[in-house]
Amino acid sequence: MFKRLAEKGPAISITVDGKPVTARAGDTVASALLGAGIDHCRTTPVTGAPRAPYCLMGVCFDCLVTVDGVGSRQGCLIPVREGMKVETQLGRREAGR
Amino acid sequence: MAIESRADDEFDVAVVGGGLVGVATAWGLSREGCRVVILDEGDRAVRASRGNFALVWVQSKGLGLAPYAGWTIRSSNAWRGFSDLLKQETGLDVSFQRPGGFHLCLSEKELEARANVLKRLHNQPGIVDYKTEILTHDQVKAMLPDIGPEVVGGSFCPLDGHVNSLRLFRTLHAALNARGVTYLPSHRVEAITREAGEFRLATPHGEIRAAKVALAAGNANMRLAPMVGLEAPMRPERGQIVVTERLRPFLNHPVVTLRQTDEGTVMIGDSKEESVDPSGLTIGVSATEAERAVRQFPLLANVNVVRTWSAIRVMTQDGFPIYDESQTHPGAFTVCCHSGVTLAANHALTIAPMIARGALDASLVAPFSARRFHVQAAG
Repeated sequence: MFKRLAEKGPAISITVDGKPVTARAGDTVASALLGAGIDHCRTTPVTGAPRAPYCLMGVCFDCLVTVDGVGSRQGCLIPVREGMKVETQLGRREAGR
Repeated sequence: MAIESRADDEFDVAVVGGGLVGVATAWGLSREGCRVVILDEGDRAVRASRGNFALVWVQSKGLGLAPYAGWTIRSSNAWRGFSDLLKQETGLDVSFQRPGGFHLCLSEKELEARANVLKRLHNQPGIVDYKTEILTHDQVKAMLPDIGPEVVGGSFCPLDGHVNSLRLFRTLHAALNARGVTYLPSHRVEAITREAGEFRLATPHGEIRAAKVALAAGNANMRLAPMVGLEAPMRPERGQIVVTERLRPFLNHPVVTLRQTDEGTVMIGDSKEESVDPSGLTIGVSATEAERAVRQFPLLANVNVVRTWSAIRVMTQDGFPIYDESQTHPGAFTVCCHSGVTLAANHALTIAPMIARGALDASLVAPFSARRFHVQAAG
């Protein structure tokens, strides 16, 4: 759905649910997910409805993902780093995982 | 909620206070066929019903006033039927569960103190046995597999439970609305007089008339009760709650300081501070609550906190409920207590019918008269 206006900046390799994804330096986790065509990053804890990054400015909390093992981080506020492990969240988190 | 025209309206009962105690009582009065008006403050009212911990709790209740244990158990036992009635009326499920609850101890000293409290409670004359037992670490772990090694034991009471109390509040308001009960927000009661056999309640939006008055305004009953020849000595207290993100169910029983809601969040609370300021938050208190929670359940260590808040507890001076009827102003009642969630079933199904009949049943509620605060008059 989304395409980059320009392929600028060095490539950054991250994984999303274990699969390699190439992002660009300066991307946030949320924009990297959208750029890679990942259309939802979590399902909601109560109804299980899919959610994708929406506001991209830290307000809506729809882009929550697990980053390097820490759950429910706001993907739109975290710049990608080489080797970062991103996991999508299904429903409620499991405590202690 | 509809605000109806009040011109020439006459009500059987004016319930002062639209929090949990007020709406539970009003709902019960409506079931008895009374024409009810609820006079509430506005959105900025200090409202325990929006900040409470939502336990339907039995263990520990009644130390110092044995009949309070029986009164609490009565409500605990009535709660299932109460929630079923609400569901029939509204289609809403308040998620009442009574799996039994724990009080967890993090040292031998705490466990010993806990055992002593229960012993003193059970040794009171006339106390109802509510089957609370002291359990060892291993016995607790069999029921709560995720406890940490620092939990040396705890007490368990099979009658303890919990509910989604925000949904309970909403459900009662929805039920009242469907029943045509008049709910008037921003109607802070300034004065109450009794003239020509009826009560006149002065509010910023005019006078409301009713044959009877039920004061269910929480800590504000202290101000209101003397207007009708009653008293309600209160000592408000602040509590703080920490709430986590939604988690997969891991906790099958509520703990007095920690519970997992039906929607997955974990609420951590039970602090007490002498304060009447609901807008402040003492960070050290939240930190202590969180630290103890992690020692009780180490898997909470990496869980995100999404909210903390403080709320003012409705608390009578001795912590026990006050139910009274006025001698000087017949038809005026106080319904006043700390545990508005636990006792909601009693207020709806036992207290409200008494008020509808016009007299409290002394065999049930005489111990809860505010006369107990006067040594000479008690008895």
